[in-house]
Amino acid sequence: MAKLPVETPELVRVFGPTLHRVPGGGWTRTTEDEKLVKTHCCFCGQQCGIQLRVQDNKVVGFEPWEDFPFNRGKLCPKGVKRYMQDEHPDRLKHPLQRVEGVGFEAISWDFAMQRVVGEIQRIQAAYGKDAFAVLTGASLTNEKAYLMGKFARVALQTANIDYNGRLCMVSAGAASKKIFGMDRSANPWSDIPKAKVILAAGANIAECAPITTDYIWQARENGAKLIILDPRMTPIARNADLFIPVRPGGDIGVFNGMLHILIERGWIDRKFIDEHTTGFDQLAESVKKYTPEYSSKIAGVPSEMIVKAAELWGPAPTSFLMHARGIEHHTKGVDNCMAAINLVIATGRIGREGCGYAMITGQGNGQGGREQGQKCDQLPGSRDISNPEHRKYIAGVWGVTEESIPQKGLSAIPLVEAIHAGKIKGLISICFNPMISLPDANFVREALEKLEFFTCIDFFLSETARYADIVLAGSLMEEDEGTTTNVEGRVIRHRKAVTPPAEAREDWKIICEIAGRLGYAEKFNYVSPKEMFEELRVASKGGVSDYYGMTWERLDETNGLFWPCPELGHPGTPRLYENGKFGHPDGKAHFIPVEWRPSDEMPDEEYPVILTTGRVVSQFLSGTQTRRIGALVDQASQPFCEIHPRLAEKYGISDGDFVKVESRRGNVVVHAKVVKTIRPDTVFVPYHWPLDRSANNCTNRAIDPVSNIPEFKICAVRLSKVDQPTDAIAMLEVQAGGVR
Amino acid sequence: MSEAAFFIDYSRCIGCEACVNACAECDTHRGTSMIHLETIDRRDSVQTAPQICMHCEDPICAQVCPADAIKKTPDGVVQSSLKPRCIGCSNCVLSCPFGVPKYMSGIDQMMKCDMCYDRSSVGKKPMCATVCPSGALTYTSMEEIQRTRQGIPVNSWKFGAEEVKTKVYVMVPREVTRVEIGLVQIHSTPSALPNDPYDVALMLEGME
Repeated sequence: MAKLPVETPELVRVFGPTLHRVPGGGWTRTTEDEKLVKTHCCFCGQQCGIQLRVQDNKVVGFEPWEDFPFNRGKLCPKGVKRYMQDEHPDRLKHPLQRVEGVGFEAISWDFAMQRVVGEIQRIQAAYGKDAFAVLTGASLTNEKAYLMGKFARVALQTANIDYNGRLCMVSAGAASKKIFGMDRSANPWSDIPKAKVILAAGANIAECAPITTDYIWQARENGAKLIILDPRMTPIARNADLFIPVRPGGDIGVFNGMLHILIERGWIDRKFIDEHTTGFDQLAESVKKYTPEYSSKIAGVPSEMIVKAAELWGPAPTSFLMHARGIEHHTKGVDNCMAAINLVIATGRIGREGCGYAMITGQGNGQGGREQGQKCDQLPGSRDISNPEHRKYIAGVWGVTEESIPQKGLSAIPLVEAIHAGKIKGLISICFNPMISLPDANFVREALEKLEFFTCIDFFLSETARYADIVLAGSLMEEDEGTTTNVEGRVIRHRKAVTPPAEAREDWKIICEIAGRLGYAEKFNYVSPKEMFEELRVASKGGVSDYYGMTWERLDETNGLFWPCPELGHPGTPRLYENGKFGHPDGKAHFIPVEWRPSDEMPDEEYPVILTTGRVVSQFLSGTQTRRIGALVDQASQPFCEIHPRLAEKYGISDGDFVKVESRRGNVVVHAKVVKTIRPDTVFVPYHWPLDRSANNCTNRAIDPVSNIPEFKICAVRLSKVDQPTDAIAMLEVQAGGVR
Repeated sequence: MSEAAFFIDYSRCIGCEACVNACAECDTHRGTSMIHLETIDRRDSVQTAPQICMHCEDPICAQVCPADAIKKTPDGVVQSSLKPRCIGCSNCVLSCPFGVPKYMSGIDQMMKCDMCYDRSSVGKKPMCATVCPSGALTYTSMEEIQRTRQGIPVNSWKFGAEEVKTKVYVMVPREVTRVEIGLVQIHSTPSALPNDPYDVALMLEGME
């Protein structure tokens, strides 16, 4: 069915998002009988250590965890307030069934399971195994990510499983694999303060990875120069030595232009290149035409900025390059990353103290979530699903035949397109809110409405779960245990603070029961996530992301271990590529020349302005959790359109006016925020909000040919000043999509 | 190691409000934050500045209090008003050169940052300085701050003719010994200031 059972305002009235401002049990002082649970934040890839205060099976507050080495007690506002999800009035406590004209009604687990299993069997019998798809997420623990991959391949035998890391880390991962031969940040964060020059591209570190700020500021105290590429002057850019306000999609102009100058002035490491790399001659040839003047036209910034960047980067004794979604969310996302990485390898500044490279993961388990086999083309241990040897090994671990493991399936965007085209008829999703997080939201809604059956595991009724036939009440991060792998590649332990409320269940128990009822009980008879980790260790053994040497006990003793960790006595590998040894079979880094090409949709006469999207510090991704926490909503209550005064003047727009941002696919009406800190050819709208306040109504479904990441960071729009909307959606509370 | 002191470095602030949110979570604050974040002028810049109580050596808020409701602890922390004494007159709110005390009408009382006295008086860091992800707020020893920072800490201020010494330090460039705050007529002295240092359009001039 997969259509809303009643109008949105009625669903919002019953299921929220409503704002939670007071902890369960009210404001209480720290008492002696309360428990402090050392665990990690449920939100971003920094995975900050935090202690949750627990009384009577309620999380009542937090206490900084100053001994955890990564963040040493530091937190961003999301981390401070994350505990307000507990005892939340919107929390789903029972399985729910869609009832036309009524909404959702509570049902028993047995009934829910019968429906789900019955529909899976019906759809797969009628349309084939691949007609039932699985969408998962990179905020799942390693154990759950592993479980979902196995569930799809063994219990459902569908090829079509993919995850929302497809919107996050895949461009960076693909580029790293191509050049380094491995997909992980190359260094522990402790190398950042030792670098003498730092280049951060497309990374709004202050708002999306706030804890990294102190590492960068500490580098600057130690004398480092800071180069920032961003179309907006972010809080980090304000104090940079060189801020390059690059045109969205123009990053290759800066990177190739820098490399051109590095080669011309001899600021490359010939010895390192000769001994540890391949392909430099073709690379050098390819950047010959990237003179400062040519590069400047591509990058949309004065050529002097590119020259200065090269002058800061080139002669430095140590350096650190980092990037994030700003250069990755493009149809040339992989190329953007490779052009950046070429700068690291050409100067030989990798694999030693203070010399490094990192991609800043977005989601909580952005790293681990992409290693355990929940990607459409991947098996556990970062193995390749089309490699016969890899298939054979995993078939052995799972106790199935190699032939029974499906081949490569569809990635997230083509998967949703296949739903829209009627080829996929059933869907189970967990930890994914595509109604907000996927581009071209109207298309996504149409696709969901075409499903014959949709079931969703969630702890709140997300905007996507509203379309489900059966909603399975799952667990918050603090209601279960497991591991995640942080931005550095450090595998850490999440500890259970409380049990799921009422009839809500730990996610893995739900999946295991479905698998059992489908006839695979013996393959999914885990008694705990720890048991799953034990199997994951073996499944990853000999793979690139080798966890075999890790046990939960070791993780507890060490505050986390870095993969690869192939043997029980192995100390883990905080820094990759030491002594110029890379991940490819030849042990070398492979330079790959990159040629700039235009974005899928460039501005034109009809849609003359560039829209780029991103995040604000107090909200996280699709906002399912953070739009329910009062203090975080107060801090950024509704989306806005950042616009330069020169562009605003052209359209007669003043600060605070309502502005309609409209692309060929849809529009969003938000307040104008007139600021001089953005390029005058570009506007910015953050994407955390739903419905008529969703920036993704406008964005483009076009994907990178290699990574299949969508082009969130550039599409063409037109602007107009409009009156305050007063329709039913506009009248909702701001966290639900309203405007004030 | 000497005893810990409070240091503010405005140049590090990223405006995230972790400090403001964490303040509300301190055991005695019960969901109400006692500090705030200043957004300097969002149209022109992303500059922000956290404002905690500076804990003046001779607190003006206490001097002007007609009810003698504002007390300083022996270790120099200026406390919120005493409930039995505070008459809610807001003299302190108007007189503070840093804009710190807040009159809370719901409880008819002035409340302000007390450096998380329940924490700092037992050797713990105040909440805001513990969580601050940028190091804009730091609670550490004088030796440690001098060892790890390029700027230097000062705690001497001049507001017009008024000199103020504070328990809290601010980080300033090495050549500065005192923060001098003169009167500036808003929008009247552009020649004294660099012209729009954060205007991205100006940075791109000559491109088109």
